[in-house]
Amino acid sequence: MDTYARRRIVNGLVMTLCVAATGFGLLWLVLVLWTLLWNGVAAVTPALFAQMTPPPGSAGGLLNAIFGSVVMTLIGTVIGTPTGILAGTFLAEYSRGSKFGEVVRFINDILLSAPSIIVGLFVYELMVVRMGHFSAWAGAVALAIIVIPVVVRTTEDMLNLVPNTLREAAAALGSPKWKVIVMVSYRAAIQGMVTGVMLAVARIAGETAPLLFTALNNQFWSTNLNAPMANLPVVIFQFAMSPYADWQVLAWGGALLITITVLFLNIGARALASWSTFKQ
Amino acid sequence: MSPAAARHAMPMSRPNLPETEAQPAARQKVLIRNVDFYYGGFKALKTITLPLHDKRVTAFIGPSGCGKSTLLRVLNRIYELYPGQRATGEVLVDGENILSPGLDLNLLRARIGMVFQKPTPFPMSIYDNIAFGIRLYEKLPHHELDDRVESALRRAALWDEVRDKLRQSGLGLSGGQQQRLCIARAIAVQPEILLLDEPASALDPISTQRIEELIAELKADYCIAIVTHNMQQAARSSDYTAFMYLGELIEFDETERIFTHPKQKHTEDYITGRFG
Repeated sequence: MDTYARRRIVNGLVMTLCVAATGFGLLWLVLVLWTLLWNGVAAVTPALFAQMTPPPGSAGGLLNAIFGSVVMTLIGTVIGTPTGILAGTFLAEYSRGSKFGEVVRFINDILLSAPSIIVGLFVYELMVVRMGHFSAWAGAVALAIIVIPVVVRTTEDMLNLVPNTLREAAAALGSPKWKVIVMVSYRAAIQGMVTGVMLAVARIAGETAPLLFTALNNQFWSTNLNAPMANLPVVIFQFAMSPYADWQVLAWGGALLITITVLFLNIGARALASWSTFKQ
Repeated sequence: MSPAAARHAMPMSRPNLPETEAQPAARQKVLIRNVDFYYGGFKALKTITLPLHDKRVTAFIGPSGCGKSTLLRVLNRIYELYPGQRATGEVLVDGENILSPGLDLNLLRARIGMVFQKPTPFPMSIYDNIAFGIRLYEKLPHHELDDRVESALRRAALWDEVRDKLRQSGLGLSGGQQQRLCIARAIAVQPEILLLDEPASALDPISTQRIEELIAELKADYCIAIVTHNMQQAARSSDYTAFMYLGELIEFDETERIFTHPKQKHTEDYITGRFG
């Protein structure tokens, strides 16, 4: 057999394996989405968005859980985003080549891959035990701790993509460093940084473990940030494990809601990222 | 007369040069004196001494790695953005040593404009690209700022092409237009000295020609230093030429003399293309 024929066979073989592996991966994703839709669509009724989580055997919705998830995700993002952006800015703009920067980056990478249940336990120890009760604040802080390393990383990566010549050009006009960063570096990196924040929000929208130890859950409508607060992941966890059929249906509905939210956040992040590369 | 013969015929050294009829007397604006430069432990410039004249163009030529860009970057101390890079010696601008440690770098750089090899428009509108530098040090009423932006764009021969799209992104311009935008941005802050680091090397011949014409016009007002790889460009657009090699200044003279009667064999070899 000549070389060329052998190469063609090898090429075909590898190609087939690649396609099969891709198909295998996609299959599960499609199955998950399909199962969610199949079981969840029935639960998506006006009542889902209008009523509170019910006791077993009566009708209800997820309003308090949806509200709690939105509130804690929002507070977590509001705390985590500025912290993450400032730390990422420090790494990319102020600590290049310094040992301290290396250490901070390394620790951030560890935090990035830390299991979220550890974060939950940490905040439990830090806030819940000291305050004496579960609270939405504790939940929001736990989520913020998950947001920070993601935003630090994307901010630093995006700022590193800004060509140094651009910084030099701004400095050469006599611009002080903070103005170079705010007026030039941030502007050049803004789409990527926003994309990073959106991915972080998508990440915490579905986190269960950190909330289990912090915000816990609440059967009723509550806007008190100092008290336990309902949230979708923990409600799903609790309802899906229960023996009651109506709770299980609500759990499916909640799961579908989270999945769709995360899906749209990811699509939004993608669109934003591709729009920025297109623009340049 | 062969270049070798010319070398003997010429006086050995003429730092302050005689004037031609066409141009008024050249005033020495900058004096680079005994400047050494280090990238960490590597010595990139070796005891450079060189004058730059006001309202004249001085070209730095030499093969890659000879230190010509490094020398240019000493003049506005832009190298200080990077730790580990340092310069010693003196750079006197109107008699003031700009390498002295207490100097305010931002104020210095506002006096000395720089244009880079690759066009570097900021990710903002054409108008804001120009206004950015002006706003740093001047608070102007709207109409005055508009006037300054317009005159900078006019001087950079870009006004007619962008007058209707000042609010559009500077990134949407062609490479040649972007580079003229950067020149406009540099002169908008009304510097005294203009440093051009291979400003045309990334451009097509027509854009290059426009940049060269621009340099010829700007010469009337500024002390210009230009780094170039292009021998013809140095010959066409400069009044003085410094030939550098391996971090040393080999020869400095009037451009015409460098290109017709170089005193050093090394210079002659380089400009005739025998190496480099």
